Amino acid sequence: MKSESEKILIISYIVIAVFLLLIMRLWQLQILQGSKYRNMSEANRLRIMTIPAPRGIIFDRNGTPLVKNSSYYCASIIPDEFDRVKVEMLAKVLNMPVKGIFEKINKKELSPFIPIRLKQGLSFNEVVYIESRRSDFRGLIIETEVSREYIYGDVGSHLIGYLGKLNPSQSKDPAFRDVPPEAFIGQWGVEMLFDKSLRGIPGKRVIEVDALGREIKLLQEKSPIKGEDLMLSIDINLQKEAEKAFGERAGALVAIKPNTGEILGLISRPSFDPDLFARGISHDEWIALTQDKKKPMLNRALQSQYPPGSTFKIVTAIAGLEEGVITPETKVECRGGINYGRWRFGCWRKKGHGVVSLHRALVESCDVYFYEVGKRLGIDKIYNYATSLGLGKETGIELGKEKQGLMPNTKWKQENKRLPWFLGETFNTAIGQGYVSATPIQMAVMTGAIANGGNLYRPTLIKDLRPVLSGKAKIRPETLDIIKSALSGVVNEPGGTGWAAKSPLISIGGKTGTAQVVRMKMGFKYSPERFRDHAWFVAFAPVEKPEVALAVFVEHGGHGGGAAAPIAKRAIEGYMNSSKFKVQSLTLNQVQAKIQNSKLKTRNSKFKNDTHRSQIN
Amino acid sequence: MIHIDRRLIKNFDWVTLSIVIIIAFIGIMTIYSATRPLAAEEHSGFYIKQALWFVLGIIALFLIVSFDYVWLSRFSLYFYIAGIIFLITVFIFGKPGMGAQRWLSIGPLSFQPSEFFKFTFIIMLSQQLSKMNSPVSITSLFRIFFLIVFLPFLLLIKQPDLGTALIILTIFVSLILAKGLYKRVAILLVIIGLISLPFLGNILWEGLRDYQKNRLVAFIEPEVDPTGVGYHINQSKITVGSGEFLGKGYLKGTQGPFRFLPEKHTDFIFAVFAEEWGFFGSLLLLSLYLILILRGLDTARKAKDDFGRLLALGITFMFSIYLFVNVGMTLGMMPVVGIPLPFMSYGGTALLSNLLSIGALINIRTRRFYLFY
Repeated sequence: MKSESEKILIISYIVIAVFLLLIMRLWQLQILQGSKYRNMSEANRLRIMTIPAPRGIIFDRNGTPLVKNSSYYCASIIPDEFDRVKVEMLAKVLNMPVKGIFEKINKKELSPFIPIRLKQGLSFNEVVYIESRRSDFRGLIIETEVSREYIYGDVGSHLIGYLGKLNPSQSKDPAFRDVPPEAFIGQWGVEMLFDKSLRGIPGKRVIEVDALGREIKLLQEKSPIKGEDLMLSIDINLQKEAEKAFGERAGALVAIKPNTGEILGLISRPSFDPDLFARGISHDEWIALTQDKKKPMLNRALQSQYPPGSTFKIVTAIAGLEEGVITPETKVECRGGINYGRWRFGCWRKKGHGVVSLHRALVESCDVYFYEVGKRLGIDKIYNYATSLGLGKETGIELGKEKQGLMPNTKWKQENKRLPWFLGETFNTAIGQGYVSATPIQMAVMTGAIANGGNLYRPTLIKDLRPVLSGKAKIRPETLDIIKSALSGVVNEPGGTGWAAKSPLISIGGKTGTAQVVRMKMGFKYSPERFRDHAWFVAFAPVEKPEVALAVFVEHGGHGGGAAAPIAKRAIEGYMNSSKFKVQSLTLNQVQAKIQNSKLKTRNSKFKNDTHRSQIN
Repeated sequence: MIHIDRRLIKNFDWVTLSIVIIIAFIGIMTIYSATRPLAAEEHSGFYIKQALWFVLGIIALFLIVSFDYVWLSRFSLYFYIAGIIFLITVFIFGKPGMGAQRWLSIGPLSFQPSEFFKFTFIIMLSQQLSKMNSPVSITSLFRIFFLIVFLPFLLLIKQPDLGTALIILTIFVSLILAKGLYKRVAILLVIIGLISLPFLGNILWEGLRDYQKNRLVAFIEPEVDPTGVGYHINQSKITVGSGEFLGKGYLKGTQGPFRFLPEKHTDFIFAVFAEEWGFFGSLLLLSLYLILILRGLDTARKAKDDFGRLLALGITFMFSIYLFVNVGMTLGMMPVVGIPLPFMSYGGTALLSNLLSIGALINIRTRRFYLFY
């Protein structure tokens, strides 16, 4: 038997041992794992909320807002605290299926402290209800988000673009490091292009919360910095009127300010509703949009390239005058076509135009005349003028993803087809068929250059930027006057193919064009739509001092005069109504007279005989 | 009757008293911090109440010290019977709190009779054991068990106050061991215990309330947690761990006032302290407790008679068990058992009864010499 003292000594040792055990545990918790638990206690206490920065507003050139910001409420939950939320009740309040909530929670395996978005667009009543019953909804966070509203709906949607969440590749991109995971950024059009300056800098609120999620104290607040506003060069009235004029038809229109290269309107139809994207597009909706046969997501203004048809005759005419192979007085007899070897090259007018000079040939779009001009020039000279007017290469508009079209020459044919160039191909090219192709924006820039004296400006969507010259076509003013006069005739003179663009409000000059889809013997009326020709129309106005130049393209529209010209007219009138520019109210006759009176110095043509028989054997 | 002797002052156990006062003061400060309001509200009066109970307890402590503890032995039976009556009264008049009937209201005061019962139980047990020879025979053992331990144990289980029930059982076993057993009796008891353990465990498990079962489940698997007890354990660990070495600083702790930690000013007060004072402070606090316990054991060693020795041991065991279970629970080493930390947790009855026990301890040490007067 041990003595009492010994027993108590043993007990003391046991007590000390237990104390050591407790101290070891304290060491483990506070020293070894201390920083981990410190972080967890901070995560308990601190809630860092980002305050979204109001996105910059996009205005049109007259200061009309095209978008607005509206805020809405979102409910998120901290996954770590989900266990303590009454899911059935939450489902009822948010009007969501219980299963849906579980799916969202289980889908992401993120940090347990990053909130998962459960629902967007809560009503005010729902928010009030949740806030008043905080203790039942621990870990639930109500956040305010800003969404974009597109005031004009699908008008200009290709241009303005839309917002979307970060896609997987963007989330890895360091450029988007500061963007919160649920935030929307520009994913298309101007919204994407100028996203960085539009985005602004989000603010931050660090608050202390208690275990019920109630805000106790504001520890730190950084106000968001609003994104910069953006003033586009476009005129919403022009844009709107043109889109209306397209109706259900597919196609594109690009209108620019000839003296600066500012885009006044950029239309691609059909378009899409950017509001679909504003709060996150559903997968099904996205699939429906991208697989739509009408391709609403294709920006036809920049990405569809088709033979320019008769609009190209402008280029041929300029080349002819500049190279001196023709004068305005040079006459060609059109008998409805020419024969070349085994082939016949017809004029669109089967019975022929008779003897025509340059003016009438352009006004009535006589093919035979331009076959002759083409023959005299040769493809490479046409090529030089076409490329100096911007064909065959990108215009350089900020939107990017541009197609470059194609302007062929002998070298191109040799390199790509491994064949020599044939004269028949020159005929085709001279009237804008065959290999040559262009995008609507290229045609608009080209028309702008003709309207402004040959300056090729890089098109831009931003107002009042310093104009950037991307090229200069060396064309004598006299030549351009002759062309402009003829183009005015296309619209305003009897027999002009562009009569449908004639406006009582403003003098318009233009040129029609038709890109052949297939050679059809059938009449236009009976051909199914998909075999119909594409319609082109390029135009500028007012003729005497052009303020707007544009190109219209209507897919399967038929003839340029019928389908595309009215759209151009409506767009120009729309622009006139909203813009401040003063139309010099010259009557048409005065205009004609002015042009006629200007003495034209044309080089002596090698071809002395004015009438040339368009018979090539 | 109060006889203040010069030797009484000279031999008085100032060390134990000082330590208890320091710990109680730390406790009041920690209660103040744990219950401090977050907004510009009025501070809840917990710390004032605790301070008042503390003053009352110190007076009671001196009252106990003033007469020889032998009187405790003489009146042990009456104390014990009074304690049992208190426990029974709880069933009749008690008001439920936290899912158990533990509270008795007398006027504006409500107190926990089981807190007092522990003290009377230890006195009774010490008195009974002191009359026996060592080692204790098996018949005396069973007699004591059924006479003193069994009835209150059942009553406490029924309340249910599982914590106190297990503690009186533990004190009983420890005191018997301290008194001394025949080796064969000890072996026999261990064998009986082992055989009946699954059987007893089953009865115990069936007797548990749901919340008690959950606590056990949560302790074994904190992740599978039906009612959030695992959350309590986790939050307690976070609270302690986040203190790191030097702590967040007094009144800088967040886990308690922000309500992440439940029972912050009662059962989990150690966590609040550890959060604000860190490992360093916790070490100091535990050292104070260690000195208190070792001094209690020393008192037992120096006691002039067997009753004093057993009483000192019983009281020291009680404090040790409370401390170990409470801190062990706070540190996530033991299941959540709702027992307070002596001298620190908020609770007037417990503080008063603990100070009475300390009074008895000081009494034994002060009167450790025969022929005292």
